[in-house]
Amino acid sequence: MVYLTPLLALLLTVLTSTIVFSLLGVNPLEALENFFIKPIDNQYGATELLVKATPLILCAIGLSVGFRANVWNIGAEGQLTMGAIIGGGVFIYLHDVESVLLLPAMILMGAAGGALWAAIPAFLKTRFNANEILTSLMLVYVAILVLSLLVHGPWRDPDGFNFPESRTFSESATMPILMEGTRLHFGTIIALLAVFGTWIMLSKTLVGFQVKVIGAAPKAGSYAGFSQKKIIWFCLLFGGAMAGLAGVSEVSGPVGQLLPSISPGYGFTAIIVAFLGRLHPVGIIFAGLLMALTYLGGETAQINLGLPVAVTGVFQGMVLFYLLACDVLVNYRFKMVRFGKAAS
Amino acid sequence: METEGAQTPRLELRGITKAYPGVLANDSINLKILPGEIHALLGENGAGKSTLVKIIYGVLKADSGDMYWDGNPLDIPNPHAARKTGIGMIFQHFSLFEAMTVTENIALGLPGRQNMADLAKRITEISENYGLPLQPDRHVHTLSVGEKQRIEIVRCLLQNPKLLIMDEPTSVLTPQEADKMFETLRRLADEGVSILYISHKLDEIKSLCHKATILRGGKYISECDPTVETAKSLAEMMIGTNLTAPKHTDDAKRGAVRLKAHNLSLESTDQFGVDLNLLNFEVHGGEILGIAGVAGNGQVELLEVLSGESRAENAEQLLFDQQPIGKLNPIERRKMGIAFVPEDRLGHGSVPDMSLVDNAFLSAYSPKKLISNGLIDTRKTTDYAEKIVEKFDVRTAGVSHTAGSLSGGNLQKFIVGREMLQSPQLIIIAHPTWGVDAGAAAAIHQAIIDLAAEGAAILVVSQDLDELFAISNRIAVIAEGRLSVARAVQELTIEEIGLLMGGTTGTADKKEIESVA
Repeated sequence: MVYLTPLLALLLTVLTSTIVFSLLGVNPLEALENFFIKPIDNQYGATELLVKATPLILCAIGLSVGFRANVWNIGAEGQLTMGAIIGGGVFIYLHDVESVLLLPAMILMGAAGGALWAAIPAFLKTRFNANEILTSLMLVYVAILVLSLLVHGPWRDPDGFNFPESRTFSESATMPILMEGTRLHFGTIIALLAVFGTWIMLSKTLVGFQVKVIGAAPKAGSYAGFSQKKIIWFCLLFGGAMAGLAGVSEVSGPVGQLLPSISPGYGFTAIIVAFLGRLHPVGIIFAGLLMALTYLGGETAQINLGLPVAVTGVFQGMVLFYLLACDVLVNYRFKMVRFGKAAS
Repeated sequence: METEGAQTPRLELRGITKAYPGVLANDSINLKILPGEIHALLGENGAGKSTLVKIIYGVLKADSGDMYWDGNPLDIPNPHAARKTGIGMIFQHFSLFEAMTVTENIALGLPGRQNMADLAKRITEISENYGLPLQPDRHVHTLSVGEKQRIEIVRCLLQNPKLLIMDEPTSVLTPQEADKMFETLRRLADEGVSILYISHKLDEIKSLCHKATILRGGKYISECDPTVETAKSLAEMMIGTNLTAPKHTDDAKRGAVRLKAHNLSLESTDQFGVDLNLLNFEVHGGEILGIAGVAGNGQVELLEVLSGESRAENAEQLLFDQQPIGKLNPIERRKMGIAFVPEDRLGHGSVPDMSLVDNAFLSAYSPKKLISNGLIDTRKTTDYAEKIVEKFDVRTAGVSHTAGSLSGGNLQKFIVGREMLQSPQLIIIAHPTWGVDAGAAAAIHQAIIDLAAEGAAILVVSQDLDELFAISNRIAVIAEGRLSVARAVQELTIEEIGLLMGGTTGTADKKEIESVA
């Protein structure tokens, strides 16, 4: 049943969206076709799906580890942005260097940047018991403003006519393209490796075991001697590093430079991906592809049917809403209870 | 079957049958409880007692069979209907909300809206009346197992039940408290309340119950009068074989001091916790030291400081083989050959949602070397889990099942087995046989004694005095965070211990209680 609820949620979302489409004056069947089928009915569309799914899967796989240990990092968007800043910063300062080591250095620094940003909530949580939901979320806005500050100021392209954008990344700072004529890039391979690595980590290593135990029964964890603080640090740093990888793979992949806005909310959508995928690595791949499709579908629907782009957000929100509702209602049942009037 | 004159039974069961996939949990069970009768339900773990009482209480539905209440057919679709009929039940596993107060928890179990202040007063009243002290405004998560059970008892009594089902109610009480509760139960019985009493303490059943129904393997075995049976004959009916008492090594070959606590103190981090105050004791190799006491007198804190879940104020306060261990974490302590069985089986000693294999790995991965090349050795871990299941007779369909799916007693056997089979040098066991039937309890006791004979030091914290007297070489009593002198069992009587447990810690007696082992 646990694995059926995502499908049920999806079905409910589709049903509700037909109502929404009708209200917007669009033929629901046509809208659904534009949303789900048209974007990927050709090879380019299919590769675009992978391009969009890559940052989602990377962020979600990192978040899923934390969620399993009840570490609620919801600031992947900020960690993604910081990964893009630090990883992209390597190029900004070494833009005239042509070396095969440039891209690996950017990738590593990107992961480090994301981890660094996630280290702040980790420190605040373990030292002051500050709620990581709040701190990680607030740091999202800080990171986005830092990026904005940099591309408006010191990192602005000297030949860019004062537009708020950095230099375009050089060949050696760009993710290799995997398929000629598409935007499918090496970041997708990184994402798949990350999923596989996380799967092994969760199922076969001591630290993965600790994550699961602390999430399922914290007291049993402390009985076994597992340190809750270490796990909080681990989960946040891991989640941050994955989001940072997503960030650097975006700017050195499809985006190609640093812009004030580099992500249409991948870090937030990744929360939905993680839950829709039941926090399981394989599930996350499927959920990531589905959520990527909603991005593409939203664009197609906007172009072909003139639907507002907010439909994507509505759609994603409904998936999460129905998923959570289904989870609750599969386990619990509504019952109307009338209170007696005994004492008042 | 005999019937007592023309009296209509309060509750009668005829041919109750309930099958689970692969198991016949209840096979046409008959049971008759008269008004004002205290009726014992006896059987091993997995004999079908829990299933039967859950059917009576409406938690489960029988596949076939009939129930009669005062002679009329009775249908109980859910626990709410059961309570309405006048059936109250105290479960072995508590169903309490940890983050709420005692009063709030009790209010939740009662029908209708409650006046909280009024309810708190009634709780205090009833709890004092029946010798079950409770503070209504305390949060449940701060209470010990024993105190949590009192909430359940008081909750039932508040509803003036006509039939009270009790699943091992005395396992956490002192003898004096238990006696007081028996008086209460007898008084309730005199008032016409029927009581269905599940317990593994056969002596208790002999002195308290009028009738006993014995189940074995889901089948009705017999109904007997426990007052004319002996504890041994009852136990033998229950398990169907002859029992051998644990061989007690009265004159243990005491080895060197293995564990020594010297002025061990600990300030509890919990505002309702008990501070440990200058505890002194020694456990020798080959010796079993029993620590008796009523729940909530510092056992939780003592166990945590011994396991390393909380650290002593000073490393030298705890010495293992002369080495200070007071500041070591649980993993470091395990590496020295120390093993622990915590009080709470679900969620503390095991992860309920994880398989037995994972739960075997939980504490044994380092001593049993279950990690190879940085990866969990699943094959070796599975073998270890299977070895525990086999050696300690854990009844489960397989080691891939979750710990939470095991019955209480079987999970206890699994946890005890997991710790014992690591061949520890020192093992600290809380309530080794809580909720375990007589046959399995004897096996666990024998395993503890055998381990001591091999030279290990053993510390047992328990509220079951019969158990402590059966296996310990020396016994000390913990009361209000202080520990009495440990004395050899031969010099002690249950009454003396009971007085110490009651906390005779008036200022005049303080010296005596504080003194060194």
